[in-house]
Amino acid sequence: MNPANYILLSALLFSIGAIGVLVRRNAIIVFMSVELMLNAANLAFVAFARMNGNLDGQVVAFFVMVVAAAEVVVGLAIIVTIFRTRRSASIDEPNLLKY
Amino acid sequence: MGTGETIVFWVSGTLAVIGALGMVISRKAVHSALFIALTMINLAVLYVANFAPFLGMVQIIVYTGAVMMLFLFVLMVVGVDASDSLIETIKGQRVAALLMGIGFSVLLIAGLGNGLMNTTSVGLDAANSAQGGNVEGLAFLIFTDYLIAFEVTAALLITAAMGAMILTHRERWYPRRTQRELSEERFAAGEHPGQLPPPGVYARHNAVDTPALLPDGSTSSLSVPDPLRSRDDVREVNQDDLDEIRQLSAGASTTEENDR
Repeated sequence: MNPANYILLSALLFSIGAIGVLVRRNAIIVFMSVELMLNAANLAFVAFARMNGNLDGQVVAFFVMVVAAAEVVVGLAIIVTIFRTRRSASIDEPNLLKY
Repeated sequence: MGTGETIVFWVSGTLAVIGALGMVISRKAVHSALFIALTMINLAVLYVANFAPFLGMVQIIVYTGAVMMLFLFVLMVVGVDASDSLIETIKGQRVAALLMGIGFSVLLIAGLGNGLMNTTSVGLDAANSAQGGNVEGLAFLIFTDYLIAFEVTAALLITAAMGAMILTHRERWYPRRTQRELSEERFAAGEHPGQLPPPGVYARHNAVDTPALLPDGSTSSLSVPDPLRSRDDVREVNQDDLDEIRQLSAGASTTEENDR
């Protein structure tokens, strides 16, 4: 077994996250799926770092974690604000720009 | 990859995939949050197995510790029972999305599997021991080659915190109501404006089922809490004692009761 298996696992997790983003309608679950995709990308970075024998991949994964944390804070604030005005956490609801 | 790592990979990998699938499938948002927490813990195990102990610890602290708790907190604010709407805005979107997702995963895994078939892994032993360890190696890189990216990260975090504060800030659209306005509103409503009379206190009983005495000797049922009143659990007031009190307050020196 070679470390490429980690890359395949990461691809599988990324696909599950993508399916979650496309299929679910609850904004928070969509957000969790995005987090899953970021985590899958991190796993790929870590595995690539090991395959290439240098630590740059781990540094990039570290930066991805920081950006993901910032993104979660702002995204959840937006969800709370929308929920406060529209009384709903569904991503089909905010369609005012359509009209 | 030794046998031990193979076992770790298959156990943790399977659990991570189970968590991811459970997150997408489960109907309740809280269950989704717990499933993705499972996935993230197992990913931390896989990081450690990949010679990235620092990232494994950060994964547990930042993701399962901070991010998932933030998710759960917002779930409590937004309403736990906020479930998915079953109305499709675009017809057949769910099925199409599912098919495309499965196709995407097949394509991705087949392509990657094909490309990675004959790769060899260098391993991180040399890189990790170059600076004395994994944490030292990461620190060396972050504070030399990636220093500017690291500084920008600090600016990003501050901006994100500011953004969250501004987005969730609620503007006060009307002046704060004074005590006088609140009081006038309460009286205008026409209900009992003050607090209800407290339960009676006698020499023998001070339990809440003892009704308060009004000046004319009758009892006030308002002084007994509602649940007791609805169960008819109000303590009777002894009429003989009341008469005695009346006699005493009318100027009688003693009563027969006290002589004995």
